[in-house]
Amino acid sequence: MQKINRQDAKLMTGNEACAEAAIVAGMRFFAGYPITPSSEIAEVLSRRLPQEKGVFIQMEDELASMAAIIAASLTGVKSMTATSGPGFSLMQENIGYASMAEVPCVIVSVQRGGPSTGLPTLPSQADVMQSRWGTHGDHPIIVVTPSTVRETFDWTIKAFNFAERFRVPVVVLLDEIIAHITEKIIFPKEEEIKIIERKRTKETPETYLPYKYTDSDIPLFADFGSGYRYNVTGLSHDETGFPTNDPKKIDNLYRRLNQKIERYKNEIIEFKTEFLEDAEICVVAYGSSARSTYRAIRQTREAGIKVGIFQIFTIWPFPYEELAKVSHHIKKFIVPEMNLGQIAHEVSCATRCDVIKVNRVDGGLITPDEILERIKHVSV
Amino acid sequence: MFPYEKYLRLDKFPHIWCTGCGCGIIMKAMLRAIEHSKIPKDSIALVSGIGCSSRTPGYVDFNTLHTTHGRAIAFATGLKLAKPELKIIVVSGDGDATAIGGNHFIHAARRNIDMTVIIYNNYIYGMTGGQASPTTPLGKKASTAPYGSIEPTFDISGLAIAAGATFVARSTCYHAVQIDKFIQKGLLKKGFSLIEVLSPCPIYYARPNREGTSVDMLRWYKENSIPIEVARKMSDTEKERKIITGILHNIERAEFCEEYRKLVKRVSKN
Amino acid sequence: MGFRYEFRLSGSGGQGLILAGKILAEAAAIYDDKNATQSQSYGPEARGGSSRSEVIVSDEEIDYPKAVNINLLLCFTQEACDKYYKDIQENGILLVDSNYVTNVPEGEFKVYSLPITEIAEKEAGKTLVANIVALGIITELTGIVSKEAVESAILSRVPKGTEELNLKAFNAGFDRAKTLK
Repeated sequence: MQKINRQDAKLMTGNEACAEAAIVAGMRFFAGYPITPSSEIAEVLSRRLPQEKGVFIQMEDELASMAAIIAASLTGVKSMTATSGPGFSLMQENIGYASMAEVPCVIVSVQRGGPSTGLPTLPSQADVMQSRWGTHGDHPIIVVTPSTVRETFDWTIKAFNFAERFRVPVVVLLDEIIAHITEKIIFPKEEEIKIIERKRTKETPETYLPYKYTDSDIPLFADFGSGYRYNVTGLSHDETGFPTNDPKKIDNLYRRLNQKIERYKNEIIEFKTEFLEDAEICVVAYGSSARSTYRAIRQTREAGIKVGIFQIFTIWPFPYEELAKVSHHIKKFIVPEMNLGQIAHEVSCATRCDVIKVNRVDGGLITPDEILERIKHVSV
Repeated sequence: MFPYEKYLRLDKFPHIWCTGCGCGIIMKAMLRAIEHSKIPKDSIALVSGIGCSSRTPGYVDFNTLHTTHGRAIAFATGLKLAKPELKIIVVSGDGDATAIGGNHFIHAARRNIDMTVIIYNNYIYGMTGGQASPTTPLGKKASTAPYGSIEPTFDISGLAIAAGATFVARSTCYHAVQIDKFIQKGLLKKGFSLIEVLSPCPIYYARPNREGTSVDMLRWYKENSIPIEVARKMSDTEKERKIITGILHNIERAEFCEEYRKLVKRVSKN
Repeated sequence: MGFRYEFRLSGSGGQGLILAGKILAEAAAIYDDKNATQSQSYGPEARGGSSRSEVIVSDEEIDYPKAVNINLLLCFTQEACDKYYKDIQENGILLVDSNYVTNVPEGEFKVYSLPITEIAEKEAGKTLVANIVALGIITELTGIVSKEAVESAILSRVPKGTEELNLKAFNAGFDRAKTLK
């Protein structure tokens, strides 16, 4: 594991913390294309990766960036790319390839306003649904949504761990606020950092099947080009890795691909609550909107209103059951997000309660006052 | 008899290519080139995109990567940089490499990254049923050009040369022995090498254009091919509609992976 | 709720306001061991255009990272001053560079109008360090960060070879502010 050889506390941006965390996680291959507000990740890594004997390459576009990191990961190296909305759209086809061929990789998407070129320098959270369903077909994916610089550091490492463990693409969904904010980060101690590596096969090249069913639903990996001459394809395939038209085998494949996330979701899903024990109003928030929410509920608590927060770190798989559990004593749910209500609907599905939306799509971060007003309005 | 079985995944046969298709001719030439180059099977990674040519990896016993439409060269770039000891071969078609994948094609040539790209140029999108491609000749019919194509074509080899490839050769499926010599030279070249091979599609190209059978198309290749050495002495009018074959371009230029390694040596700790 | 102090440094691109904000945040967070965040809003221009850098200092974890109830507003342009002075909280501070801001608004806040750019030129020999002169003034006026902390942060953030120049500018601002109290 990479030694953290720096001061315990440092002032850095979310983008910088993300790049450093990736190196700590063992990432040694980055391919990307410049795009605001994610470019600092590429800039930091263009300097850092050659120092660490890793590979940095600026590709001709995002389609190529995604392709390159998948191929690199196949050889056994941890890889990643970083982008924003328009580039994230261009990566979607190959994100599907990574899901299908079960290639671990991490995609950082720093959200800005959209659709299209939108608001390149201003924050948004409008890619929540794209991060889940951007590529076509039923596919597995994990998406994490940190809200501070320190959380960005921690969740970037966890993203690599998820990718390695489940052999899936994992999206670190940041927004412009977190990406560009400079704040104090106290680095975790080396022994506090857990790094997971993909499980490799113990079979010989003669007996190895690249997608052989295992009890865990996660096939065992062999580094591509290391003596195991197997085939990788984006076509539906069987255990051998070759295309198949057998309906039974096709059905098995798609169900297993999704099952391998579904069955472990309790080990993936993470959230944080505050003041929820006696709360009558629950604000469900993620990313930088969660920061506004904390300020708002701390202020309203002082005014005696029973309000709490449910902050989501893993937006996909979505914590439906966990939210349902807390919903019993909650009268109203409020969902602040910098989009027109992408997660509000999921909250409503999970809780079967009325959900009040607080939305902003003007490029500004939702203010504590905007949430506060809604809390007060509801509590009357 | 050449030991093709050594390199084939025989359990994957019969292949999906149509009778008279040129894909098999090029695949066999590639295997002969690999055998003569004495590169071990484990050291070869064969990367493809989508299309008829791109089904080649399924049939041959190397490290094989069948990727998304147009992106084979981009995947190959990641593969080569992550594992430079691999010998990378990309097989692609005219549509895959110069339409949807055109950007990756020119940028890999510009970087001069060490890989051998073999383009099966059959003037058509065969896999999807005969739609027009960037190399469908002017006036020729395709399922999306029912009145004949009105678009000028790409010269694939010319494009590679202009973009910075260091080895470029063109041949046809009629000149089967020549193909493996060119591929062999490409494999030996440290840098981006391109071998363009004209390949008959008797079903979707020849039939709507009344160009006969596959044999007729091979005959046409034979009668209209001119070696580059001869072509150099001909006027533009004389060369019109002719296929210029041979090693069109062979230069030395810094290779990308080596340059990257030098950079790492310069800046890495210890 | 704990202590929270909000700075907004405003002007136009190229005036070093983002660097000044980062120095201020680093002084508070690293050298004074408080919590601090610095954020900025920016447009597509690298130079010119409006620029806004915000620093929040707190003794507890900083949740909402933007300034909404400003304790100190620094303005290097008239445009920024006109746009932002209404966000200053009661008894807050408005500090303007009198070389650029001539029409100073009135309100329930203290106003300090100083020729910051001129001080930079006279005392440090370069108008370029006006941002650091302003930092000196802010440090002394607010007392939120210690002088030593800001000096350490300046040394860690400014380009090599310009340390002396920047410290000179900082002290010029600091000393000038002392005379105001």
